[in-house]
Amino acid sequence: MFRYLVRRLLWAILLFIVITFVTFVIFFMAPNNPARGYCGGDNAKPQCLALATKKLGLDKPVPVQYLKFLKRLVVDRSLGQSYFTGQDVNQAIAQAAPVTASLVFGGAILWMLIGLVVGVFSALKPRSLLDRIAMVFVLIGVSAHPVWIGLIFSYFFGFKLGITPIANYANFFGAPADSGLPGGPWQWFYHMILPWCTFAILFAALYVRMIRANVMETMNEDYVRTARAKGAPENRVLTRHVLRNALLPVVTMLGMDIGLALGGAIFTETVYQLPGLGRTSILAISNNDLAVVQGVIVFSTLCIIFFNLVVDLLYAWIDPRIRLT
Amino acid sequence: MALLEVKDLRTYFHTDDGVVKAVDGVEFSVEKGKTLGIVGESGSGKSVTNLTIMGLNPRRNTVTSGQALWKGQDLLTMKPAQLRDIRGSEISMIFQDPMTSLNPVHTIGKQLVEAILIHRDVSKRVARARALDLLKAVGIPRAETRIDDYPHQFSGGMRQRVMIAMALINDPDLLIADEPTTALDVTTQAQILSLMKRLQDDFGSAIIMVTHDLGVIAEIADDVVVMYAAEIVEHADVYDLFNRPQHPYTWGLMGSLPRLDADVERLTQIPGQPPSMLRPPSGCRFHPRCPYVMEICKTKNPELLPTQRDPGHLQACHLDEDTKDREAAKLKATMAEAT
Repeated sequence: MFRYLVRRLLWAILLFIVITFVTFVIFFMAPNNPARGYCGGDNAKPQCLALATKKLGLDKPVPVQYLKFLKRLVVDRSLGQSYFTGQDVNQAIAQAAPVTASLVFGGAILWMLIGLVVGVFSALKPRSLLDRIAMVFVLIGVSAHPVWIGLIFSYFFGFKLGITPIANYANFFGAPADSGLPGGPWQWFYHMILPWCTFAILFAALYVRMIRANVMETMNEDYVRTARAKGAPENRVLTRHVLRNALLPVVTMLGMDIGLALGGAIFTETVYQLPGLGRTSILAISNNDLAVVQGVIVFSTLCIIFFNLVVDLLYAWIDPRIRLT
Repeated sequence: MALLEVKDLRTYFHTDDGVVKAVDGVEFSVEKGKTLGIVGESGSGKSVTNLTIMGLNPRRNTVTSGQALWKGQDLLTMKPAQLRDIRGSEISMIFQDPMTSLNPVHTIGKQLVEAILIHRDVSKRVARARALDLLKAVGIPRAETRIDDYPHQFSGGMRQRVMIAMALINDPDLLIADEPTTALDVTTQAQILSLMKRLQDDFGSAIIMVTHDLGVIAEIADDVVVMYAAEIVEHADVYDLFNRPQHPYTWGLMGSLPRLDADVERLTQIPGQPPSMLRPPSGCRFHPRCPYVMEICKTKNPELLPTQRDPGHLQACHLDEDTKDREAAKLKATMAEAT
């Protein structure tokens, strides 16, 4: 177990170095000059450009810049300052991460609820009306783009019917007193309803299909027949023998999907103007703001590594056949 | 009254390609404490017969008719809840593949205890003690610690012992064993068979032993049913069956038993393949593979009738009895020569 954790940690470090380095290289291969953004875009004065190039360390070779980035990260535990606004990147991510976390975890709860209920029922009654309706939902869910769904939702529920906000985020712990913005748990929930639904639809569709397939497959397992031969009632067969086995692969998927989604639910955040990681990175990319882009990537990588580890530990706990060595 | 009486049992599966007649008019009965062997090739309908009796066939697209009288009550028309009460307590079942028949995510102790708690209103402690007794009875070494192990920590033979323990845990009147030794290696097969025989004496359960192995039949059965293509072709007392087999298919099965000391280059085999039950052959279903085929066999399916000598020996073949006795004697002579 201990050796397993150590090995996982070493892998994580390697993965981390590779990902950040690749980001660096890609960034500098693109034909742009971050100093220009720093000095106010196309009309930048040459003096300012020269100063900014020196200040941001852009005059140094790329490997040197990368090593400086690593050193700052490890020694000062700082991701640096934004090339564009000068804001501290740690702080920018600390502001954006809770927004994305609200979106992703709330969305995950919603899609798991839909996935489990619809998936299990359509597996129990294949080719029934419910099953067919569910499959139509799956088809729509996997085909429709979140931006489109988001626009439709906010147009109908927000604008036409007026039962939800059209966009924007409300802080769970209350907005600053002088800002005049909505805040508090209820406002937070109220503002997140549409983003959650939008975000969950794609995953719910995928999970319905996956859970349905897994449950149907598990129903044909010999040990399920054994359980019936013991005289176990159907609901017991389902809960004790089918579900636990059928949901093993779902746990893996869930961990990976949450890890991935934390890196930025870009489309949903953009449509609803949620100031999360996705929107932060979109802005940073269009501003050539390497420090912020790199910051978001570092954070997402850590999230993915962390959730994969959690999944592995969870998996070993629920499936006795797996031993972590 | 017989413990279990199966009358004109038919199980048809409706598939996209047509109707598969998996069981087509099967009749037999099982007496208290006795062992009935059901023997036949893969796909002859022997497993489906038992799954039908237990109500374990998939419900979709399956049509069942006939009767399976358990202590006088028809299992086929019984309410599901009533059938569940019988399953696992009065009738229990062991399956072919012990590697997949136990749930991988629960300890064997938990699965044994579950079998008790479904049917009995006892405390978990009592149930666990009973489970432990059974594990010892089926010969699991260090049962006290192994009861908390998971199925994957046991070998195939040990898992089949666990399955047997689970089947016997509620003292059933009938144990249906569906090829319990097929997936095991030969030495383990012998151990499992002798274990079942010993436990039958201890528990007094009747057994239906489904197998394709005549050796297993000779070992354990009192009565034997030979199935071919969803029908019974011969039904006799085990001594009669081996002494005076009356059906060419049974001869084929016996002729294909391997013998260590026989001086033959190849095993004899029954030519051809078992028929597809989507389109069974006309007349006698064995006629395309039968070396004794006559004109009548191609059009008329022989009924299962008693032989003249012995009303308890049923067979379904158009050949006259003298020919059959002669062939049976010949077969017996070659087998005796070999042994």
